Amino acid sequence: MNPPATPAAVTAHHHTPPQGFLRKHVFSLDHKVIGKQYLDLALVAVCTGMLLSWLMRFHLAWPETPIPGLAKLSPNGAAGGVITPEYYLALMTMHGTIMVFFVLTTAPFAGFGNYFLPIHVGAEDMAFPRINMMSFWVTLVAFLVLVSGFFVGDGPPLSGWTAYAPLSAVGKDAGPGQGVGQTLWAVSITLFCVAQLLGALNFITTTLDLRTKGMSLARMPYSTWAWFITSVIGLIAFAVLMPACILLILDRVAGTSFFIPAGLVISDRLQPHAGGSPLLWQHLFWFFGHPEVYIAILPGFGIVSHILPVFARKPLLGPRVLIACLVAIAFLSYTVWGHHMFLSGMNPFSATLFSVPTLIITIPATIVTLLWIGTIYGARLRFTTPALFCLGFVSVFVSGGISGFFLAQPSIDTYLHGTYFVVGHFHFVMGVAAMFGIFAATYFWAPKMFGRMMSETLGKWHFWLTFVGVYCVFMPMHYLGLAGNVRRYSAFTDDYLKPLIPLHRFITIAALFTGAAQLIFLFNLIRSRFRGPRAPDNPWEATSLEWSTTSPPPFDNFGGRPPVVERGPNEYGVGSGARGADYLMQAAAAPPGVH
Amino acid sequence: MTTVASPPPLPPPPPGAAAPPLVAEVPLRPAETGVWIAIATISMTFAALTSAMVVRGSAAPDWRHFRLPPLLYVNTVVLLASSAVLEAGRRRRAAGLVRITFGLGFLFVAGQVVAWRQLAAQGLFLATSPSSAFFYVFTALHGLHLLGGLGGLAYVLRRFGTAGRGPAPVAALGAAALYWHFMDVLWLYLLVLLAFRV
Repeated sequence: MNPPATPAAVTAHHHTPPQGFLRKHVFSLDHKVIGKQYLDLALVAVCTGMLLSWLMRFHLAWPETPIPGLAKLSPNGAAGGVITPEYYLALMTMHGTIMVFFVLTTAPFAGFGNYFLPIHVGAEDMAFPRINMMSFWVTLVAFLVLVSGFFVGDGPPLSGWTAYAPLSAVGKDAGPGQGVGQTLWAVSITLFCVAQLLGALNFITTTLDLRTKGMSLARMPYSTWAWFITSVIGLIAFAVLMPACILLILDRVAGTSFFIPAGLVISDRLQPHAGGSPLLWQHLFWFFGHPEVYIAILPGFGIVSHILPVFARKPLLGPRVLIACLVAIAFLSYTVWGHHMFLSGMNPFSATLFSVPTLIITIPATIVTLLWIGTIYGARLRFTTPALFCLGFVSVFVSGGISGFFLAQPSIDTYLHGTYFVVGHFHFVMGVAAMFGIFAATYFWAPKMFGRMMSETLGKWHFWLTFVGVYCVFMPMHYLGLAGNVRRYSAFTDDYLKPLIPLHRFITIAALFTGAAQLIFLFNLIRSRFRGPRAPDNPWEATSLEWSTTSPPPFDNFGGRPPVVERGPNEYGVGSGARGADYLMQAAAAPPGVH
Repeated sequence: MTTVASPPPLPPPPPGAAAPPLVAEVPLRPAETGVWIAIATISMTFAALTSAMVVRGSAAPDWRHFRLPPLLYVNTVVLLASSAVLEAGRRRRAAGLVRITFGLGFLFVAGQVVAWRQLAAQGLFLATSPSSAFFYVFTALHGLHLLGGLGGLAYVLRRFGTAGRGPAPVAALGAAALYWHFMDVLWLYLLVLLAFRV
């Protein structure tokens, strides 16, 4: 990190619109361009990650059937188009790493946060635009380093997105991809940590120092609250993963023994290391890893809390309770990492120590869910696409959250931890829920970002197909897990697993269809960006500051006139707005979109 | 839903009108806030490494104790002196003193490299023992962060203008000084930790 943030401070405000193409669209200092760059990167990453999941799902359902063209990508990993067990693990590792880091972290947090946090607080830009730009470009380099693993040596690593030592630490004796591929993985994640620390530094400083007149902390929109709290979580979590990755790299390339125990024999070779602790890696990783779950999902909490009242035309229930719950979740997220390690052989008393806060953290999460349900209770909901995705978010978050109650108990987790039950759980609660938050945010804010409306008809088709699809994919995984279906296997050849293969085929077909349904979204996004109907300034009749400016906003966000804020973002259903509107804008001026 | 075309962009405020409050009031405070946040995250990084060292050291027959090179204590004095000079420079807004700090900081880094070479001459390398591994990791990471601080000081000196005649960049200097003092505190912590553990 290069902390004296002074270089950027001077340029924080007085910069003028750039002229050249490079400065305007590529190496831009504008937080809006950087936000869109993050979102484009996440789009590329999510397509990559989904393709990988298709390959895995296809192989699980029809393990003998060759996949056309795959042999070209990996002659060793998929000779003749049939995925080897090792290559299956490599695909799984890359799927998890790409999705968790480069989609679930970059899109809802870095992408939408970059674009809207400064506007929400009434600032012209982030506090340190140069650091902001650096943050994106380092993230991009990290992504390129990671995917280059497909094209070097024996392909990508196979130690999972958690990169458990000693498998991840000993080098190429541990299997294909554990040579260069795993080193690239560790370098990529180190870079990613640096980028996210720079980003969090900007988010926090901007929130604390650049709020416009009248914008007290209590008046900030809930999405911005969530991004702020997420940055604080990230500031601590990535600061732990970064040194952990450095130690991992040293174990791999410099012969140290941080994570590799003595006397380890792998592939008939005694490893030249001594005395390291594999558990140390697990502790360091999960001290980051569990907060990372909240880095992925808290922006979704904020987005839903921001969007639901707009379409319920009612104020959010208990806004202060919501903020308190988000803070509580952030704090508790640092006390529960051990629940990922119940199977590590830890002392059962330690397991209890981690189990109790895990159950306690469900309390603020449940309260937040009840606040959303209370908000829509009795409301005349406008069923727009963003509203539907918010409701979908609540649904999948509850479905995925409930299975968390089971997994929080060490005795039950001992049975379920290595099975598809966990796969279903975290895909619902962290993956799909966060994706629904991203979709809701995209449909809601695309008019502001691109000045064009997205198609509602296509949006609703996208929602219903996705909503039904994800339940078909991930709900059966819970039953598979209860039936003892172990995860991470590339094919199910054991007698007790063979009867479960038809269910796997159903999941695979559902996954292929659900993935294909995302093409509707992609088409809608690209078409509306160029040919959608022009968006008014405030199409959804919402209150926060981004709707007080033009669509898209000018370079300095407010045309040289920083807004003056008079009230919080929660003034819906008041019946006293300008010209009979049922809402009051946060900014003092009359809402430009209402006539 | 209203479908009214966007209004034309607002005209720029007339010359002579009061500047918008945001731009005038807080042009440079974020630098210091940013440094405080950086301090928080750097502290967390070193806390994580400390706990890793405690865990790794607690069950390690291969932990080899060694004496720190005495040069480290000289380096410590150099670093503390640099901080004192910088503080004087900050109060007097004197570019010359910042330049001396820059030189002392550079001297500290050079001294650390010499200390590394002394350890290497004793046969203590990165992979020799977990104790030496942690020693190199801690000192290297601290050195890297200090180089970042030197970059900050270089920026401050550039803002002072040629021959230090320009107006003093007060906020940038304050932020750089805050960061530099933190590098002192961090080093003292590391010195105590390393002196007792390795």
